[in-house]
Amino acid sequence: MAPHSSDAPVKIACAHVSKTFIQKGKQEVPVLDDVSLEVHENEFLVILGPGQCGKSTLLRIIAGLETPSTGSVTLKDKDGMAREVQGPGSDRGLVFQGYMLFPWKTVQGNVEMGPRLRGLPAAECRALARHYIDMVGLTGFEGHYPHQLSGGMKQRVGIARVYANSPEVMLLDEPFGQLDAQTRIFMEQETARIWQAEKRTVIFVTNNIDEALYLGDRIVAMEGKLPGRVQTVYEVDLPRPRDFTDMEFLRLRQQIIDASRLTL
Amino acid sequence: MTAYREVRVRTPLILKILPVVSIAAFFCLWEFVVRSGIVPETMLAAPSTVAELFLVKLRETDPDGALLQQHAWVSIQEAFTGYFLSLAVGIPLGLAMGWFVVAEGLARPVFEIIRPIPPVAWIPLTIFWFGIGLPGKIFIIWLGGLVPCVINAYVGVKMTNPTLIQMARTYGASDWQIFRQLCVPSSLPMVFGALQIALACCWTNLVAAELLAADMGLGFMITMGRRLAMPEMVVLGMVMVGLTGAVIGIVIDRVEKKLLAGIRR
Repeated sequence: MAPHSSDAPVKIACAHVSKTFIQKGKQEVPVLDDVSLEVHENEFLVILGPGQCGKSTLLRIIAGLETPSTGSVTLKDKDGMAREVQGPGSDRGLVFQGYMLFPWKTVQGNVEMGPRLRGLPAAECRALARHYIDMVGLTGFEGHYPHQLSGGMKQRVGIARVYANSPEVMLLDEPFGQLDAQTRIFMEQETARIWQAEKRTVIFVTNNIDEALYLGDRIVAMEGKLPGRVQTVYEVDLPRPRDFTDMEFLRLRQQIIDASRLTL
Repeated sequence: MTAYREVRVRTPLILKILPVVSIAAFFCLWEFVVRSGIVPETMLAAPSTVAELFLVKLRETDPDGALLQQHAWVSIQEAFTGYFLSLAVGIPLGLAMGWFVVAEGLARPVFEIIRPIPPVAWIPLTIFWFGIGLPGKIFIIWLGGLVPCVINAYVGVKMTNPTLIQMARTYGASDWQIFRQLCVPSSLPMVFGALQIALACCWTNLVAAELLAADMGLGFMITMGRRLAMPEMVVLGMVMVGLTGAVIGIVIDRVEKKLLAGIRR
C-alpha cells in the first residue's frame, strides 16, 4: 500500500479562510467562516457537504476565481517554495460541473488548449493531448465535437484537459453532478483508476457520501448550513479499488451520515 | 419488425395557388385603376407602362442620362463599398468594445451619441465635405452599416459564457488569448447576423443618399422621374431597388448559412 497520505509534505493549504458576499449592496451573507485545511502531495482530498454549504466557494477561492475576505491560500510550487495564491493560474486546474468545453473545438482541440495557451510546440501539444485522451478512454473520439458526446464523455474530456495542462493541484467541482446514477458510479471508478495511473494532488468537491468514500484519502465534511465551517475530517484508510458494499466502507458511511444528521 | 415510414405532408394545391392569385390580382387591380382613370396617369404609372419603360431603358440613356443597368451597377458598387467598409470598421470596433474596458470607455459614449442620428441627416454635411460624388454617398452608407455591425459584435462578445471565460483564466489564458480564442468565436453568430442587418441598412441609406446627392444610381433615377414628371420612371426605380435588394439579401443569406455551417457543425 502507498505510504499514508499525511506523511507527504503539504502541497496546498487554506489558512483561516472566510468569505462574506455582499448582496444587493448592503446585506452581508457569510459563506465561509474560518476554514483551514491542508492537502498533502498526491493526496485525494474530498470536500463533502450538502448544497449551499460554501464548498464550491471554497474551491473557487482556491482556484483564484474569488478572493477570500480574510485568510489566505498558499501553494507550494515546483521548487518547493510556498507562495500565496493571487488570482487564477495554470498551476491550479479546475474541472467544472457544467463541463465547460469549447463547443467549436474537437475533443483533441479542447484537450490541447492548456499546452497551446502556454505556447508549447504543436507536435508536443498533440502528443500530450493524445496521451490523456487515451488515458480517459476516449481514443477514437479525438475528432468529435462536444455536442456529439454524452455527459460522461464530456466530463472525461474535462478531466483529460486538466491533466494535459499538468497543474500542481487539480480541483474538481462536483464534476459528476449532472450525470445519471449509473454513469456516475462508472465515472467514479474511472476517476480512481486515472488518478492511480497518474497521481496528482486533488481537491474534489461533492455532495455525495458514496462518491466521497469511494474516492477520498481524506474527507473534509462541511457543516450543512451557512456560513460553511469544517465539521469533521475523516481518514479513509481503505484499499483501492474500493468496494461500495465493504463492511468498513458501510460503517464509515453510517458514521458520516450520523454525524451530519442527514436522512437518506 | 416495424419500419417507420416517412410521413409526407402535402401542401394543399390551394395554398400553392393563392400567392400566384394574390400577385396577379394585385397587378390587375393596379393596371385597372390607372387605365380606367380612377387614378390619373400623372400620379401613378400602370404596370404595363413600367414594363415598357424597363425594356426601353435597357437600351436608351434618355431622358435621365444613363442606362438602367448603369444606374443599378453604380448603386450596387456604392452599396458594397460602403457595406464592406462598415464591416471592416464596425466589427473590429464592436468586438474590441465588448472585451477591452478601455475601448468600451472611449468609444461607447461617442457611439451612443452618434447612433440615434439617422445617417440621412448627415447628407447636407457630406455635400459640404465631398460634393455629390461617390465619397459622400459611401460615407452615408458606411455610417448606416456601421451601427448594426458595432452593436451586434459588441453584444456578441458580451454574451460570451462567463464561466467559459473563468475556465480559460484557470488555464492561465491572457486577456488577449481569451479575446481571440473565446470571445471572437463565440460572438460569430451575432456577427453573421450583422452581415444581413448591415446590408439592409446600407441599401436603404444608399437610396436615401442618391435621392439627395447623386448624378447616377437607382435613387437618382427615381428623383429624375419626379423632376421629369414621369411616374413610370419613379415606379421602375422603386421596383429595381426592391428587386436588387432582395437578390443581394438572398445571396448574403446563402453565404451566411454556408459559413455558419462550417463553424457550428
